[in-house]
Amino acid sequence: MQALHNIELDVQEGEFITVIGPSGCGKSTLLRIVAGLDLEFQGSVTLDGRPIGGPGIDKGFIFQEPRLFPWLTVEKNIAADLSLRSSEVRRKVDELIELVRLTGFEKAYPKELSGGMAQRVSIARALLRNPRVLLLDEPFGALDAFTRAHMQEVLLDIWQRNGTTMIFVTHDIDEAVFLGNRIVILKSRPGEIRAKMNVDLPHPRKKVNSSFQTFRYQVLSEFEKVDELNWGESGAGI
Amino acid sequence: MAGQSEMTSPVPVRGSKPGAKRARARRRVDLLIASALPVLILAVWQTVGSIGLVESMFLPTPWQIVKGFRELAVTGELFQHIGISLGRAAVGFSVGGAAAFVMGIWTGFSRRAEDMIDPSVQWLRMIPNLAIGPLIILWFGFSETSKIIIIAVGSFFPIYINTFLGIRSVDNKLYEVSRVLSFNSFQQVRRLVLPSSLPHLLLGVRLSLAISWLSLVVAELIGASSGVGHLILYASQNARTDLVFVGVIVFAVVGKAVDSLVRYLDRKWLKWRDGYRG
Ligand SMILES: Nc1ncnc2c1ncn2[C@@H]1O[C@H](COP(=O)(O)OP(=O)(O)OP(=O)(O)O)[C@@H](O)[C@H]1O
Ligand SMILES: [Mg+2]
Repeated sequence: MQALHNIELDVQEGEFITVIGPSGCGKSTLLRIVAGLDLEFQGSVTLDGRPIGGPGIDKGFIFQEPRLFPWLTVEKNIAADLSLRSSEVRRKVDELIELVRLTGFEKAYPKELSGGMAQRVSIARALLRNPRVLLLDEPFGALDAFTRAHMQEVLLDIWQRNGTTMIFVTHDIDEAVFLGNRIVILKSRPGEIRAKMNVDLPHPRKKVNSSFQTFRYQVLSEFEKVDELNWGESGAGI
Repeated sequence: MAGQSEMTSPVPVRGSKPGAKRARARRRVDLLIASALPVLILAVWQTVGSIGLVESMFLPTPWQIVKGFRELAVTGELFQHIGISLGRAAVGFSVGGAAAFVMGIWTGFSRRAEDMIDPSVQWLRMIPNLAIGPLIILWFGFSETSKIIIIAVGSFFPIYINTFLGIRSVDNKLYEVSRVLSFNSFQQVRRLVLPSSLPHLLLGVRLSLAISWLSLVVAELIGASSGVGHLILYASQNARTDLVFVGVIVFAVVGKAVDSLVRYLDRKWLKWRDGYRG
């Protein structure tokens, strides 16, 4: 089965790419290919000109679901293969737990966490590794509006401080405009890029600003064009 | 059976308070009967023996069994036998369990090893332990070695099968996480495969311990000069049926104690599990 078709995307170092598209259009598949988790595809994916042969510590990945190790506590899940006895790791883990607002749950097991809390643990786990490229698959989908806004700020802060290249999948247009310096709009069946838009809004962005709203409408109308095209194509086919 | 009775038990209807009360009362009666039954049986048993209805060589009374127990306990003979039996079971279990663990890991990780080895193991598994006893005696004589081999063979299969199953039940989604986090092979085993197969492993250990305890009886009945099995055989040959009962009860009690220990470890090590607890 072909999930994606004709995807061409050139990401510069330090970019913040947001990817939006309807459910099932192949967003997760695209991220998995970039991560090196799926190797059965046609075409080429390169990092610094070298083809990606598999997952690596330089490419962080936050899955759509938390995927925590159920036998490890929150802090051990974040540390995973790194030892908490190292004072460096200990300090960073404590910092991250505070950053994702899970203080007090260090010793809790995943079964004692809500979906959103578990997802924040998996975000902390990826951030601890300080990867060059961070691939995020709808990471804030399970969060309430306030926690979500906080996590968006956290992510932007890390991006600005560390220059991490971000590829961020979402189905929330506001989120895509708020975070990205480039938005990639996908359409489904087959999953293709419909549009790439540069977001030329300066940080810090305010969702209530008129420039933000204007841009949001532009993206929205691009989306509607996608719908029209889908209609048109199927209409022509019949 | 338990599932069946659960299915046929009436569903509590909302607002039927008298019904609930009646059910509670019935449960109390059930509990009373459950605790009275053993006492009643013991009483009847004692009476039947005391009035001479049954020959004590055929069926000793509970009191005679208690006296027999005291006799063996006072001289320390009983604990010597128990110690020797436990030692044999432990050595046999360790040898068989370790071999099973290594082979289970091998076939669990390698499809090729599974294809080559597993069919033979499945054939051997079907041979009853009792059937190979005489063969092992033929090859190794009435030695300590043959007893340990009988026990080792019995404890091999549950651990082998459950180690294999445990490895194959590792969640692919977590395997992907281990790849994204760049675990090396050693870390993948230590931090992913072992913890996720621990529930299976402990089940294998429990089954194996039970089987090695049973195999011990076989081994010691075939020919031994010590151990609880020997105690039973010796007592029956000397018409000391009360001591036969002592041996049988010791087997049951020690077996249950070992099983409870493993179940305790099970609860302690697997508290992270989010499963149905009944
Ligand atoms: N393991 C798989 N085998 C075969 N087809 C798959 C597999 N995983 C996904 N697909 C198909 O690939 C397409 C894209 O799936 P993908 O998970 O990438 O969608 P998505 O854009 O991430 O959707 P969502 O927003 O719901 O997460 C879907 O049509 C799906 O049916
Ligand atoms: Mg997806």
